[in-house]
Amino acid sequence: MDILNALVAFANFVLIPATAYGAQLALGALGVTLIYGVLRFSNFAHGETMSFGAMVVVLVTALFQSWGISLGPLPTALLALPFGIAVTALLLLTTDRVVYKFYRKVKAAPVMLVIVSTGVMFVMNGVVRMVVGTEDRRFADGARFLVNARDFKAWSGLDEGLAIKTTQVITVVVALITVAALFWFLNKTRTGKSMRAFSDNEDLALLSGINPERVVTITWLLVAALATIAGALYGLDKSFKPFIYQQLLLPVFAAAIVGGIGNPLGAIAGGFVIAFSEVTLTYAFKKVITYLSPDSWSPDGLVQLLSTDYKFAVSFAILIIVLLFKPTGLFKGQSI
Amino acid sequence: MTFLHASEMRGGYGSGADILHGCTLTVQKGEIAVIVGPNGAGKSTAMKAVFGMLNLREGHVHLGGEDITQLSPQERVYKGMGFVPQTHNIFPTMTVRENLEMGAFIRNDDIEETIEQVYELFPAVKDKRNQNAGELSGGQRQQVAVGRALMTQPKLLMLDEPTAGVSPIVMDELFDRIIEVARTGISILMVEQNARQALEIADKGYVLVQGANAYTDTGAALLANPEVRRTFLGG
Amino acid sequence: MTKPDMKKSRAPQYFLAMALLISAVGLLQSWNSALSILNMGLISAIMALGVNLQWGYAGLFNVGVMGFVALGGLAVVLTSMPPVPAAWSAGGGRIVAALVVGVAIIAGAAVLWKKMPKGRTRGLVLTAFLVAGFFLFRFLLDPAVAAIEAVDPAVSGYLGGLGLPVMLAWPVGGILAAGAAWLVAKTALGLRSDYLAIATLGIAEIILAVMKNEDWLSRGVKNVNGLPRPVPNEIDLQNAQWFLDMMTRFGMDPTTGSSIFVKLLYALLFLAVIILIVTAMELALKSPWGRMMRAIRDNEVAAEAMGKNVTGRHLQIFVLGAAIIGVAGAMMTTLDGQLTPTTYQPLRYTFLVWVMVIVGGSGNNWGAVLGGMLIWFLWIEVEPIGAWIVNVITSGMDDGSAFKAGLIERVAYMRYLTMGVILLVVLRFSPRGLLPEK
Repeated sequence: MDILNALVAFANFVLIPATAYGAQLALGALGVTLIYGVLRFSNFAHGETMSFGAMVVVLVTALFQSWGISLGPLPTALLALPFGIAVTALLLLTTDRVVYKFYRKVKAAPVMLVIVSTGVMFVMNGVVRMVVGTEDRRFADGARFLVNARDFKAWSGLDEGLAIKTTQVITVVVALITVAALFWFLNKTRTGKSMRAFSDNEDLALLSGINPERVVTITWLLVAALATIAGALYGLDKSFKPFIYQQLLLPVFAAAIVGGIGNPLGAIAGGFVIAFSEVTLTYAFKKVITYLSPDSWSPDGLVQLLSTDYKFAVSFAILIIVLLFKPTGLFKGQSI
Repeated sequence: MTFLHASEMRGGYGSGADILHGCTLTVQKGEIAVIVGPNGAGKSTAMKAVFGMLNLREGHVHLGGEDITQLSPQERVYKGMGFVPQTHNIFPTMTVRENLEMGAFIRNDDIEETIEQVYELFPAVKDKRNQNAGELSGGQRQQVAVGRALMTQPKLLMLDEPTAGVSPIVMDELFDRIIEVARTGISILMVEQNARQALEIADKGYVLVQGANAYTDTGAALLANPEVRRTFLGG
Repeated sequence: MTKPDMKKSRAPQYFLAMALLISAVGLLQSWNSALSILNMGLISAIMALGVNLQWGYAGLFNVGVMGFVALGGLAVVLTSMPPVPAAWSAGGGRIVAALVVGVAIIAGAAVLWKKMPKGRTRGLVLTAFLVAGFFLFRFLLDPAVAAIEAVDPAVSGYLGGLGLPVMLAWPVGGILAAGAAWLVAKTALGLRSDYLAIATLGIAEIILAVMKNEDWLSRGVKNVNGLPRPVPNEIDLQNAQWFLDMMTRFGMDPTTGSSIFVKLLYALLFLAVIILIVTAMELALKSPWGRMMRAIRDNEVAAEAMGKNVTGRHLQIFVLGAAIIGVAGAMMTTLDGQLTPTTYQPLRYTFLVWVMVIVGGSGNNWGAVLGGMLIWFLWIEVEPIGAWIVNVITSGMDDGSAFKAGLIERVAYMRYLTMGVILLVVLRFSPRGLLPEK
């Protein structure tokens, strides 16, 4: 029984949250990795892009709610997602035309584009602040739990109740659908293949008659979708804090690099590696250990390896270890 | 009939110094033409000039009687030119089949037949069709690269040192395939370091020195020319 | 030394314009605000000098500026605050022991890595060693931390500092930052530029995490207030007869006067530091060392082929640049009189400094100084200017109108947008900045 209790506690506080968080990071890292693969720079504005996309979803959700539109047990935000993606796509395409395109034309060094992207980051940050201010917003509605702790206890007879939030399930399901759609697009469609070809070997892609500007446009569209979905899911799961996304930049980059930057499969693996390490190392295992050990023996402390504030240190340590020992990442990425 | 006629080409990269000083290349239909010469003679440059990768200050390039001097490399692909660069000539993380598909990107018709033809020409390519091209051996990669260029059904196939870095056995095999390609009526223009072997299969050979034609003759005649042998073929 | 260069460039005009801008604030708003902008502008200029050393001289992309600034702030606490004897006796020894053990574990791991033959055994032994070491470290550290943090938590709960003069904290801040930079450089300098960027971004977050979390060190998010000052206190001045006499002579209100007087003293101190750093940097730039640095930046491959130790030079310059940023961080915390780890944000302390360097002109020290002052001025003044514009535009509107209220609220956030637009415009149309590299 106690083993089951321990397992449930572990699932509650590590397994389920880390899976949801991993899915969010994976989606974020996919965006970073696509930009890197096609446009060949590390986009520091990606966190703000996620924030912007999530913000549009939040606003459209509020609008729908005021009109009385809802999805029943599901969050209304799902309905708002396409609108968020569309507006974000518009923003990214405009940014590309107004800002990035010039640097492509003059063949600027990648580090130049990184600096340019910090400028874009400032602008997007300012826009988000001006539109919604800085307060937290909860925009999740519908059923709060898919599996409720009390019901689970009554059903299983365990002391420890399993709780699965609707948002966590939705995160995983939406992420799965998104990733499946993305991989279908990249591997099965002509346009998707041309994107991979461009990422693989730009000169040969040009010789093959692939239109670079079209590839770039499609990349931004995909990035808009990925960033908005990642941002909205993160906001649904926690709450929408406009500036939390800036702090996601480090784990997102870590995920992309750990997986092998430029490699979509790697981005997903990296997202889960980072998420599970962060959550496991910062979780207080007292409860789990208490269930597993004899009654008389229970740990004094929280048995927390690292304080939650150190979650950055976890992403960072993994990043450094991978960079030092396997610079191209777990899956082979580009190492130019 | 003269299919490719590149006359009196003069030019270099960007605004740099001229590398080509009046170089003329012609290739007949279904003919294999080989450019050889010492290092730095401008062999690859001459081929890139034919493909439009540098600005010509003088001279013209005619393909099938049409003046294409002003066209970009991409536009020349549409006109029937296929180009296999010396390095970075495949998409390494894409499967062999996908490499072929990307080669045919400009086509809107059914490409299955061409893929089958490439498979027939290069059985190794067919065997490895579902593997990533980057995982193949050097010789197989070159076959994929040539196959990719054939996917546009070019009338002129240009190869920049296709046998660089492959073993002699693989080189012979590759040359055999190139002869087969030429037999289907495709003209071939090729730059080669392995001059002797290349001239053996060449209908026409160009010896370039300092960006200009030094000797032009049939492959066999060049091989027999004592001057050429002494200077460029190592005796 | 720098005079001939100044003559040729547009620097004097720009600095004159800068002085006029700050004077305008003095005349239109208050001299107190003007001097506040000047002081933080000078500190920002030093931060920009540090980043310029790394980027302009060596092309190193450091986005961990915030971390080095924060370490400078930490140095102020550790140097100048009086020690807390009760905390030291509660757990000081044990903390020191834990830290020594911690360092020994890392050193031991490094030795193991070097000495053991390659293979799976090495990996396993090393992992086991590190895990065991981590638990030993926590076993030593945790009780000491608990004991120290229990000592009068409302006012101390930390070990305190060394009780030394606060000005000493400035070089100490430089040394702390240099130490951290050395560690980063040792691991990440060989990597590609954007990986170095991510690594520095990470180290900055970790430094902040330590400062927010390790209460025994600097009280974490409870902040350290009342840091010693290198200049007299305003209240003391207001009670000093000589000062009151002076104020009467100037016909000035002693309260305002004391605050201005203190700010002026700070400004003089900061100016002295800037002159010192710029002189040193200009001398360095013209020395064989500086020429070599630029040669390396302009063509790394060629420099390496000529037998220059590129990574070694980069390490030097990265550490030096971080030290300058650390000094600026210590100066800033001294000026604030308190250490508040939660106020450190990457946009403000890392990316804003980058805007300063780019706008000023990367590779030019005077440009960095000008960029630091100008961008800081805008950072502060964009908001009131924006508010003024909105007020003019909406003057016809009803005061209670939601639109007007909304606009005024939005204006508060204009600085971010403005900074981004400035950076993008400069990068696009004048990528060499206001004062280009000579």
